[in-house]
Order: sequence, then structure tokens, then C-alpha cells
Amino acid sequence: MDSRRSSRAVIDPKVRQVGFFTSAPLPPDRTQSDPPDPIRSPPLADASSPGNSLSPVMIPPPRHPSDSLLRLPHSPSDAFPPPSPTTTTTSLGDFSDDVTAASSPPPAAARVRGRGSSVKQQGAASSFPGGGFEVPPSVKAPSSVPASGLTTVSVVKLPPGISVEVQSDRALNSKPLKEKTSKAERRAIQEAQRAAKAAAKAEGIKTPAVTALANAKSAKSTKPSPQRNDSAVVVAASEKKGGDRSVEKDRKKDVPHPRMQYDDKSRVQKLKKRSVVKPTEARNRVELFRHLPQYEHGTQLPVLQSKFFQLDTLHPAVYKVGLQYLSGDICGGNARCIAMLQAFQEAIRDYSTPPAKTLSRDLTAKISSYVSFLIDCRPLSVSMGNAIRFLKSQIAKIPISLSESEAKATLHSDIERFINEKIILADRVIVKHAVTKIRDGDVLLTYGSSSAVEMILQHAHELGKQFRVVIVDSRPKHEGKLLLRRLVRKGLSCTYTHINAISYIMHEVTRVFLGASSVLSNGTVYSRVGTACVAMVAYGFHIPVLVCCEAYKFHERVQLDSICSNELGDPDSISKVPGREDINHLDGWDKSENLQLLNLIYDATPSDYVSLIITDYGMIPPTSVPVIVREYGRGQLWI
Amino acid sequence: MVAHGRQCKIEGSQATARQTAELLRSVISQQRVPYTNQAGALIDAVKAVGEQLIAANPVELAVGNIVRRVLHIIREEDLSLTTAAIGELNLSAVSDDENDDDRDGNTTLSAAAVAAAARSTLRPPSLQTLLEDTPVSAAVPQTSSSGAADKSSRSRKLKHDVIEAVNELIQDIVTCHEQIAEQAVEHIHQNEVILTLGSSRTVSEFLFAAKEKKRSFRVFVAEGAPRYQGHLLAKELVARGLQTTLITDSAVFAMISRVNMVIVGAHAVMANGGVIAPVGMNLVALAAQKHAVPFVVLAGSHKLCPLYPHNPEVLLNELRSPSELLDFGEFSDCMDFGSGSGSPLLHVVNPAFDYVPPKLVSLFITDAGGHNPSYMYRLIADYYSADDLVVQRRAIAGN
Repeated sequence: MDSRRSSRAVIDPKVRQVGFFTSAPLPPDRTQSDPPDPIRSPPLADASSPGNSLSPVMIPPPRHPSDSLLRLPHSPSDAFPPPSPTTTTTSLGDFSDDVTAASSPPPAAARVRGRGSSVKQQGAASSFPGGGFEVPPSVKAPSSVPASGLTTVSVVKLPPGISVEVQSDRALNSKPLKEKTSKAERRAIQEAQRAAKAAAKAEGIKTPAVTALANAKSAKSTKPSPQRNDSAVVVAASEKKGGDRSVEKDRKKDVPHPRMQYDDKSRVQKLKKRSVVKPTEARNRVELFRHLPQYEHGTQLPVLQSKFFQLDTLHPAVYKVGLQYLSGDICGGNARCIAMLQAFQEAIRDYSTPPAKTLSRDLTAKISSYVSFLIDCRPLSVSMGNAIRFLKSQIAKIPISLSESEAKATLHSDIERFINEKIILADRVIVKHAVTKIRDGDVLLTYGSSSAVEMILQHAHELGKQFRVVIVDSRPKHEGKLLLRRLVRKGLSCTYTHINAISYIMHEVTRVFLGASSVLSNGTVYSRVGTACVAMVAYGFHIPVLVCCEAYKFHERVQLDSICSNELGDPDSISKVPGREDINHLDGWDKSENLQLLNLIYDATPSDYVSLIITDYGMIPPTSVPVIVREYGRGQLWI
Repeated sequence: MVAHGRQCKIEGSQATARQTAELLRSVISQQRVPYTNQAGALIDAVKAVGEQLIAANPVELAVGNIVRRVLHIIREEDLSLTTAAIGELNLSAVSDDENDDDRDGNTTLSAAAVAAAARSTLRPPSLQTLLEDTPVSAAVPQTSSSGAADKSSRSRKLKHDVIEAVNELIQDIVTCHEQIAEQAVEHIHQNEVILTLGSSRTVSEFLFAAKEKKRSFRVFVAEGAPRYQGHLLAKELVARGLQTTLITDSAVFAMISRVNMVIVGAHAVMANGGVIAPVGMNLVALAAQKHAVPFVVLAGSHKLCPLYPHNPEVLLNELRSPSELLDFGEFSDCMDFGSGSGSPLLHVVNPAFDYVPPKLVSLFITDAGGHNPSYMYRLIADYYSADDLVVQRRAIAGN
């Protein structure tokens, strides 16, 4: 025991790198500093029923929304065929040593329960980088079996029956090992419970018991997915034998592609050839923003309308959504994303694979062409980009064996699930979290019109909380007016002002709620232009700034300023002030070449101004955004 | 004029300042000066008018500033006249002091006055003036009453001098833009990127002056809702051939990282170096501070206010009509103040001014050169005498 502890200290830093366990709510004894109890303690059982307590600082387990609210076609444990009892002993002995050594963190962290949940999502190799490799020999000594370097934690995922068996085995065979393996056991049990729970919900396709231990081992690096069917698992498992290395490669692929830079002449030419809309270049382009598309506004719509019958490749639903983007009828990250996905749903429904082509390839190309059409209408938001990535990965994952109608049905339900789970449910969870931050007598400030914030305010009002809302608005969109109207209709007491008066109004504000178009990996909040100003002034007044953003809008890109990547709106809307005919100094502004009008759509709020980001995974500081992106992004969004 | 002030008919602090000065000049010239204590009479007359003017529009600080400046001018002229007179007296006293006993007493009396006058003409630090408040003010009537022989000539001379000085003041106010603009080339270099908010004549003259000196630079103009004067400024700048980009106010934070300098005008500069400026300025100043961009305020000397602000966001502010933000017709169903079902659900806040604390200001450029915010109190002491400041404030409180 003592020798083990000393060796633990060597490994500690490595384990700490694993770091953030976004898992179950804290069991009450987590904060105890004494070493973990070798015997399975009762709170373990609690850990497998996550999400019922809404602790404000902890992130609920990733499965929680899907577990409790959505059906799971397959339980994750189905992916792992139960190993035969004869081989289990040795294999478990060997891996459990690794596990105890590699994953026994310092006492404080030792009690993180439900790590299995993150393991489930992420694949063991990614959440325990190199854990199995660098275990000092002294640790392995007690087990006579040489440790296989590739063995990692995820092998613990065993169906309930087996894990019990293993326990008994251990009890009989290796008394001295018992303490060491207790953690693995605990995990196994926990996994088992969870698996059982999931299995109860699952529709009950049981995997045939394949006995190969090698199979179980190779499966360790797969990310067990709820929706993947068995054959896909086997294929993926054999593909991903590379273990850690393949994950490393994946991570390299994670680095986002550089965006299209519109000052690159050759690429712009190429793009123009492909594009349908053929926008005319704006005349007075802002020099600083040459890398962004600056087109004459208002010219595309008639052109598109006239082209309707020539665009036979385009599905009418997509076309319709594109027009709505162009005219600004649909705006807001969620609305745009949902509209796009629904259009794709329709397009997929009407799709039929041309002869001599495979569905996955042809459909991906089709979707790509739709997407480039939509980009022509209006640049994609991050939320849409993520949704498209999801859809494409879903298409790519369709096994060839599946018939066309089945594949289409699968995709249909996948999209449905994405909308429900990532947007609608996520918003509900955000509202649930955020309402806990509203107290009686609060004065809440919001900027522009965010759908999430609106839901929060309405829900808090329905709960009978007494508070006042300050709506700050800005030119040229005046989105706040619509929000104001809706809130006043609901009977909320509102104060309306414009962004310049923010320093004046901030004196009376107690909380600032902001929406976001996207949250980037460095904690930067990319949102409607002006959000940064509001956050800055609030920060200056020491007022907490809470950003509400669904996790599907998180992106691994980083950005420091609002210049490098942005979207430009119609400059004409700046020169005219609606309702103020006396302000007409800039009529015919485009005749003079020295004058440019800059209508930025977004800006980037530095993370220092943000106190809290409320997502569907809980309330996190901006520094934790990369963790969410890493732990949940790949695991959940685009399996 | 009072009526005009009350109806806020005069736009801009420069115009207000000039008109105030002209009005006071006419008040002085029409004032019949008694033989004794002419300065006192003038001061009273100016004060009486000034109080009315200030009360008409307390937010327009330029009015108060000019009234105080005129009062200060009267005191100064009176003092310099007295010292000159006393100097003559002293000379005559030295020449024939054996002959006249009556004169003797007078000289001893006026010796103290000379000392006080010398002190106040040297413009001692304001704290000292404040501390020696009583002796100085006591000295004024004392000295003015002395020297009865040349009273009639002096009274005419005093009025004449005061009017001359007020004319100079008016001239200063009129030309302050040019004087500030002269310094432009020292602050703007080639290819500079400058951001400004709203429109100020001082700023546009400043930029034009730099442009005329063959500097080419780029200007970002934030439009300055809800008055949108930025549109006007952008138009003027473009007419002068400057590269101009008009941005919305909300894009200030996004763009400030690419800006070298923020140059703005002010509504008033307080004695602590704080600035009362068109609404939105605090936002710009905070953003500039975040990105370490110099925040330069241009202000003519008539905008220097000798008062220290207390809660200026509320007390030195003015709430404008909500119609600038919301269309009444559009939101009439929400804004039913009249139908009286309890308190209305909708409030609209539309303040006119913002207060920028001195720590956010990098530099003041006045017609007397560039100054730190921490130096403003001293600069102000040059223009105002301390007792006016106190009296005026009491008068406001009385109103």
C-alpha cells in the first residue's frame, strides 16, 4: 500500500492532465481529503443517477439529457461483447493494475465518480493520454501478468453479469490485489449499473456474445455511440486499432480549416464560377475587411427569383430557406440552424440515389452544393457549420448495407434528434440553470434579442420572480424592439434604451444576460455587434455578465479580435435612419469614394468580461470552453 | 436670451458661450455706474443676469462658465486699475508726504490693498485664494472706494476696460477652434487611424487642419445615436477628401483595436478633469482604455467648468424624448401612461450626456495647449476667481 502510494505520486501530474471530469454531480464526500475508500462505498450508487440535482457549479453528465429525455437505440455496453470468464481474470488483473496506477489521482481527485461517463463519450485513450504506457514497473510487479501497453480503462465497460463475476474472482484469487483493483471494480460496477439502466431503455437489440478478448481490447478506442449499429462498431473498432495514435491524428484533424479569405483573388474566382447567386461587388469596400465578402446588397434577391426555374439542382426547400436568409426573414443562430436542418430533411426525403452511385457520397456532394448555395445567400453561422458537420458525418457513417429508404429514415431521425437534443432541450436546460441566477428585485440587462435570454426571462416571470428588464438596443437592426414588444405583452416591466446610454443605465443593473452566436475555444464570445461594449461596461461596473449559449454553438476556432472573421451587413441600412427623415446627410454616399459605411454584424467579447457561460452542460467559466469543446464536441456532436 | 436659453434654442456650447458673453457685454454697457464701488455694481448686475441665465438651463454649463469669466474679468480689471491708481498714489505720496496728513493715512490703508492686489494679479494657487477668500474680497470694495479724486475718470475707464476684455473673451471663444486646430499637426501623423464619435466643430476643424498640412489619415466616425451627428461629420470629412468610414456605435469596441487615437469633443470639462460629453462617450473611453488607445478631448476654454462634479451622470444630465428611440405610434399600446393601470410597464431612457471620469482621459487639448486631466483644476484657476465660484453656487442653490 505504501509503495503504491509513493509511486502514485510520480504519476500524479500525468493524471492531472486528464484533468476535467465532466461527469456526475459531486457526491457529498468528494471534498474529503483522505485517500479513497478501498471498499465500495454507498455513494457510488448515487453517482450513476446523475442530473437529478442541479448543482450550479458542476456540469451535469453528458448523457443526462439524452438519458433521461431521449430514447437510446442501443446501450453503449452493447458495443462490447462480454469476454469469456476464463480470460477475464488475467486480462482484468493486468488492466486493473494499469488502471489503478494510471488513474489513481491524488486523493482529492480520486473520488471523481462516473468518470466512466466521460470515458464512454470520449474513448479511453483520449481522456487518458498515454495512461497505459508509462506505468513504472514497480506498480506492475504485484500482478504476474505483463501489462499490455495498450490496455486502458475502457475495457472496464462490461455487462453487469461479468463484472460481478470478476469481483468474485478477484476476491477468491488475489487477496492482496483486492485493494488495488477496488477502483476498477467500482468503475466496473458503476458502468454496469449505468449500462443496465441504458439497456432497460434500449429497444433491446442484444449483441451476440463474442468471446474474443482481443476484440474487447481493440474496441477500447472506439467511441461507443448510441446510434451506431453493431456492424458499424465492429468496422470502426478494427479501423481504430491504432489506439492513441489515431486519436492524435484525429486531434490534428480537429484544427479548423482556414476560412475562405476573400482577398485571395484566385479562390474568389473559383468560388464565383461555382456560385449561383452571382453577387456584384460592393463599390466602396472597407479596406480593413477585404478578406470578407462585400457584395452589393439587395441585388441578389431579384436575380435569384428570376433564376428559380434554372436551378434544377437545388431542392425547393433549400432554395426557400436561402431566400429567407437573404431577405433577413430568418435570423438568429438557432432559427437559422433549425430552418436549414429542416430544409435538408425535406431534401433528403425527396432524394433518390442516381444509378451507379453510392448514397453516402452522392448525398454528401448534394448537401455540399446546398451549403454553398446557402453561403452565397448569407455566410454560415458557427451553429450551422456545426450542424452541417454533424449531418455529413452521419451520412458518411451510413453503412453500405443499409437500403436507401432505411438510410433516409435514419438521417431523418438523426436530424430530428439533433434539433431536439442540441437546440430545444439544450435551451430548456439553459433556462433551468439560468433561472437560479435570478433573484427577486434584480434588474436584468440584455442586449439585442437572444432567444435563450428571452426564454429565461419569460420563465423567470412565470415562476413569479420579481424583476425588471433593461433592454439595450442598437442600430441598425433594432432587434431589441421586437423583444421589448414580446416581453411587455407578457407583462414584464421593461426599460428600453440604446447602446450609447449603457453607462447611464448600468448603474441600476444587477445582472447582465447575453446571448451568443458562438463561443470560441479561447473563451471569446462571438455575438451580435455591441455585445462586447455591453460586457465591457458591465465589467467596469463590476456587474456579472452571464452568457447563454447552447453547447452546439461552441467551436474550437480561436479569435482575438472582431476583424479577422466577421460578417458585413448592408451598408445602406446605416446611412438611413428609419423614422428620422431629417437625417439624410449621407444620401448618395456611394458616389464619393472616400466614404465607406461599415455595418459589422458580429463582434468578439474577450473572455475577461464574461463571468459565466450557461450551456446545456451547466454553468462554466469561459476558461472551461475548450474542455467542453474537447470532451463533448467530438463525442456527442459528430459521432 | 433667457427665454432662448430656457427653450434650448441655441445649439452647441460655443454658440451659447458667445451669445452669453455678448449679452453680458450689453448688460455691462447699459449698466449705469455709480461713483462709488463701480466694480461691485457691475458684478451685481452681471450676477443677477447670470443667475437667470444659469437657472434657465443648468445643464448648459457654458453659460455659467461665461458668467464667471465675465465676473472674473471685472475683478481683474478693477484690481489692475486699482494697483495702477495706488501706484500713482504711492508715487505722489512719496513726493509730497510731508504736506498732506490725509494722504498719509490713505497710503497706509492702501498698502495692504496693493499687497492683496499684487497677490491676486499674480494668480496664486487656488487653494490659497480660497483660504484668503475674505481678505481679497474685502480688498475690492476698499480699494475701489479709495482715491476719490480720480473716481470719475476711473469709472469710465473701468467700464471701458471691462468691455474691452469681454470683447477679447468673445474673440477667444470665436477663434478657439483655430487655436486648437493649430496644434493638430503635432498630434496627428501620417497614416494615422482616428476614431471619433458624433460631431463636434472643434474636432472637425482639428482634423481639417491636419489634412491641410498634407497629412493623410483615416477617420472612423461612430454615428452617435440618437442624434446621428456622425453622419454630418462624415459628410464634411469626405468633402474635404479624408478617408472616412462610418460605423455604428455598437461597433466601436470591435474597431477600436485598429485605431491609433480617439479624438472627441466635449460638452464641458469639470475641474477634476472629468468630461461631460455626448452620450456614448464613456463607452468609447472605456474601449480605448482597454486597448491602450490615447483618448484625447478637445475643449475650448469656455468649456472649462470650475465645478467639481457630484453624480454627474444624473445631476448634470438631461433626458431627451423617447420618440428618438421608439416610435410612439408603434408602441402606443405598451406606453399607456394615461389609462393608469398601475405603473407603466415600459420606460424609455434617452440621456443626452455621458460622464467620462478623468482616469479615462489621456489628454486635453485646449486653446492654451495640451494638458493632463490632473492639471485641469489649475488651468481653471487661471480663468475664474474663487469667490465667484462660491457666490454663484450659492446663488444657484438659492434659486
